[in-house]
Amino acid sequence: MAGLLTPDITAKIGQANPTIHVEVTRRDIQKYAVSTGQRAKKYLDGDEAPPLFHFGYSMEILPPESLRADGIAEDKLIPPLPLKRVMAGSSDTVYHRPIRPGDKIKMTRRLKDIYEKEGKTGPLIFVVTEVVVETEDGEPILNETTSLIAR
Amino acid sequence: MLRYEDITVGSELPSRDHTATIVQLFMYNAAIWNPHRIHFDHAYATEEEGYDAIVLDGPLQGDWIGQVVTDWIGEDATMVSFGYANRRAAYLGETMTAGGLVEEKNDETKEVKVNLYLKNAEGEVTIPGHALVRFN
Repeated sequence: MAGLLTPDITAKIGQANPTIHVEVTRRDIQKYAVSTGQRAKKYLDGDEAPPLFHFGYSMEILPPESLRADGIAEDKLIPPLPLKRVMAGSSDTVYHRPIRPGDKIKMTRRLKDIYEKEGKTGPLIFVVTEVVVETEDGEPILNETTSLIAR
Repeated sequence: MLRYEDITVGSELPSRDHTATIVQLFMYNAAIWNPHRIHFDHAYATEEEGYDAIVLDGPLQGDWIGQVVTDWIGEDATMVSFGYANRRAAYLGETMTAGGLVEEKNDETKEVKVNLYLKNAEGEVTIPGHALVRFN
């Protein structure tokens, strides 16, 4: 084991971003539906959100001058890693019920784990986050686990 | 109507080609509020980050393979889980084919597991995925 993960990094495990509160609008669903090329009427009409619709809600809304040079907002949840090249990301979601217009939802993203492994070409760092989406009343909507690999 | 009983392991789900235009990509990134320059600034994507062209968003490609499932099941089943992984970059102008295969059936739960893929014209999988659907 290369021992790349300092206590400063592992101390972040378990931390969460501030919960995002959103009122879902039909118009937001329709924008997402047309831009992804959906064919189902329920999505195009905005009666129900497609499965990956919630992804956009994780994007922080910041003025342009607060973004990095590449246009991305700094990810405050994931600490700076000693390996800079992010190779692959994956997303796995369990659905409890679809998002619908008028839903008042809250979304929390938490850093679940950071660990390292020795890969074929050198050390790898795995970063696992979990996104929980539920209604303001606490009705579960979905749980998404994402992972990133840095080398 | 899609019925659980009629589904056979190994059968293919209807596939669909997607060729995003710059306008579609703009609309998508506006809809999800993504200002990452590799998705709209050709000079930046190629000169600063070394990509071949403007890059298609991973989650957009993930959505395309999700649609293979949602278009297949319609209102006849519900999606229990869905996952995808980013394997390699795909670029603006590329025609990507989204498809899938029935991998497993569970007669007790009436759940069907499908494997999904998004391929480029060379047949390379850029985004593999999987989903579990449940029939009532």
